[in-house]
Amino acid sequence: MRLQRTVIATGAVVALGLTAACSSGGGDSAADDSTITVAYQKTAQFVQLDDLLQKAKSEYEAANEGMTVDLVPIEAEQDQYFTKLALMNGSADTAPDVIYEDTFQIRSDAAAGYLQPIDEYVEAWEDWDQFPDTARQAGLGDDGKVYGVSMGTDTRGLYYNKDLFEQAGLPTDWQPESWEDILSAARTIKEKLPDVTPINVYAGKAAGEATTMQGFEMLLYGTDDELYDADSQKWITGSQGFTDSLAFLETIYGEGLAPSLDIALDASVGARVATELLPQGKLAMAVDGSWLPGGWITGDNAWPEWEDTLGMAAMPTQDGQEPGFTSMSGGWTLAVGAHAGDPQAAFDFIATALNKENSLKYDTENSQIAVRTDVAEDPEYLGFNPSFEFFSSLVDYTHFRPATPDYSQISSNIQVAAESVATGQATAEEAAATYDEGLVSIVGDDATQAAG
Amino acid sequence: MTAATPALPAAGGGFRRPRRRPGRTALRLLPLLPAVALMLVFLAGPVLWSFYGSLTNQALTGYKAANPEFVGLDNYAELLTDDGFWKAVVLTVVFVGASAVIGQNVLGMALALLLRAAARPLRAVVSALVVVAWVLPEIVAAFALYAFFSTDGTLNQVLGWFGLEGPTWLISVPMLAVILANIWRGTAFSMMVYGAALSEVPPDVTEAAAIDGATGPQRFFRITLPMIRRSISTNLMLTTLQTLAVFTLIWVMTGGGPGTDSSTLPVLAYQEAFKFAQVGYGTAIATVTLLVGAVFSIVYIRVLKPEVD
Repeated sequence: MRLQRTVIATGAVVALGLTAACSSGGGDSAADDSTITVAYQKTAQFVQLDDLLQKAKSEYEAANEGMTVDLVPIEAEQDQYFTKLALMNGSADTAPDVIYEDTFQIRSDAAAGYLQPIDEYVEAWEDWDQFPDTARQAGLGDDGKVYGVSMGTDTRGLYYNKDLFEQAGLPTDWQPESWEDILSAARTIKEKLPDVTPINVYAGKAAGEATTMQGFEMLLYGTDDELYDADSQKWITGSQGFTDSLAFLETIYGEGLAPSLDIALDASVGARVATELLPQGKLAMAVDGSWLPGGWITGDNAWPEWEDTLGMAAMPTQDGQEPGFTSMSGGWTLAVGAHAGDPQAAFDFIATALNKENSLKYDTENSQIAVRTDVAEDPEYLGFNPSFEFFSSLVDYTHFRPATPDYSQISSNIQVAAESVATGQATAEEAAATYDEGLVSIVGDDATQAAG
Repeated sequence: MTAATPALPAAGGGFRRPRRRPGRTALRLLPLLPAVALMLVFLAGPVLWSFYGSLTNQALTGYKAANPEFVGLDNYAELLTDDGFWKAVVLTVVFVGASAVIGQNVLGMALALLLRAAARPLRAVVSALVVVAWVLPEIVAAFALYAFFSTDGTLNQVLGWFGLEGPTWLISVPMLAVILANIWRGTAFSMMVYGAALSEVPPDVTEAAAIDGATGPQRFFRITLPMIRRSISTNLMLTTLQTLAVFTLIWVMTGGGPGTDSSTLPVLAYQEAFKFAQVGYGTAIATVTLLVGAVFSIVYIRVLKPEVD
């Protein structure tokens, strides 16, 4: 019997490897106060931040004798980046001092005790005046304190390939006015150019926040409904707009207007759209972020022809209802970790990384919509990238994600709904009902209200 | 996740010893103490800790990450009413049944039998090829299989040479793909265990049966199989538990998708804990996985009765 027990025990260890793995985060410990560890994201097509932080590191170290900046790039797509960051933050030994933090994660991570308020440091920072209220809002926690300094914002719109449109007999100066216009253009392309994928709207769980924001929310916020009622502070269940948005995804994936599922459900779908499908003319339309041209202007995947090949259009509302167009805005910040040994030093590093010169460098190279007033007005910024003017104009139509600590979990719930209709495992109505159930289990009955 | 160390075919422990004086027994148990202490710290400890975690609403971020609350059996109650969980249970049973119990064991036994009859060079070549799959680290094997089954992958290219257009394996038949992958990877283990067990069967017994007129299949089912019963039991248990814990292979190949069509319990636990940030809920799923493994083990021990000779 003893051997069998051992065998069971061994099996238990194997099964538990999963749970045990929970507690082991990576990264170096920020043991002494003279080292600032900086955790940030880096991928094959996202190296602009790495460039910026390398530059800031050398400037900061030159100005502060005896201090060391330890850059800890996390090489992961966005979804895994959040997980790895949360695990690093799980222990004081591995928690970074400076964190590259998405604005929608701020409230959630501040509530979790991963970040510390930096009000006293920003007050004393002479550049803080350059940040307008909207930019400051992005870094606020639930308690109204400042947790992050905005690096830039973004908008989302519709890219379309003018060459392919011409071949399919569609206008090359195109602005759809309803979802129906988009669908009919997509159907024309499928008919005339069968080898080309007509449109990409993200709908896979593996794409993470891109599915929620570039995909689903770009649709939902063009209907008459929203996710969250900011006045009553309640989440909305059972809205027609929610079902309609899922139905749009159901249509494009069901009719074969969107990429095949092996591409759409892969974690690398975002990279493939930006570096392969659009540049190689395999995709005619893409709902995507304003930062894409950053990767085409310079870097490993440079595509100088993008200016002539691609057209940009605002995302229309569902039936063209007021105000006609919609967009979503997010953006990232640099924040100070809760366990930073010397928060002043950590903030000083952020101040160096986001001074005017460095902000300008980052906002141009990474195609960000500048938030610092002095950068936004700088001729060098305005002249750098022809898409800036278009994407900045979308700010008038833009929406922000609900800023609550639960948002990130609800976002995952949206991704599940999107993937289930894209794969045909559920109808739009079923997926919306599943979403409502999940929503209630996350925020509780009291925090939801029926649409109406 | 990690491979269990291959155990030797089960050692019998059936004989009774006369009673000894208690003091002496205690002294004899003394050397076991370090092992027991290690087991308690590194085995019982994490098990209990994970069980406790499953009784909280611990999250990865948000207020519940800073101050998790004790919620009793809420997570389990929610699990039992969750369709996604039951789907994962079914998929797990299918995965374990098809790839470990049937695939690895039957194929492993067949290979072991064939290799016994094969010429020596052939035996060496075939075992080397089979064992390669076992030697590869799981993540490497998983990437190799992803490349093999993916839409533009090796398999579809080879099919293309014959003018056939293969399906998108990982999308249209994800369970079949991961089951085949796990059979490929795990068969070597069963083959080695059975190979060793078969070589322990004394040839004179089978020869005697042959003289008495037993046919080949009769000799195999009536003589050989009962004699290596204990090895079968041990091997079934090891492969079952290993397969129950397979995560990397599925995660790399399909990510549990499309949708939830290949989300077995470990994949579901990972998603809930790390993607949906509900660590407490994910841990509850992991605990259930543990129980499923225990149930399988008990069934094997009861049905195959390895202790009785």
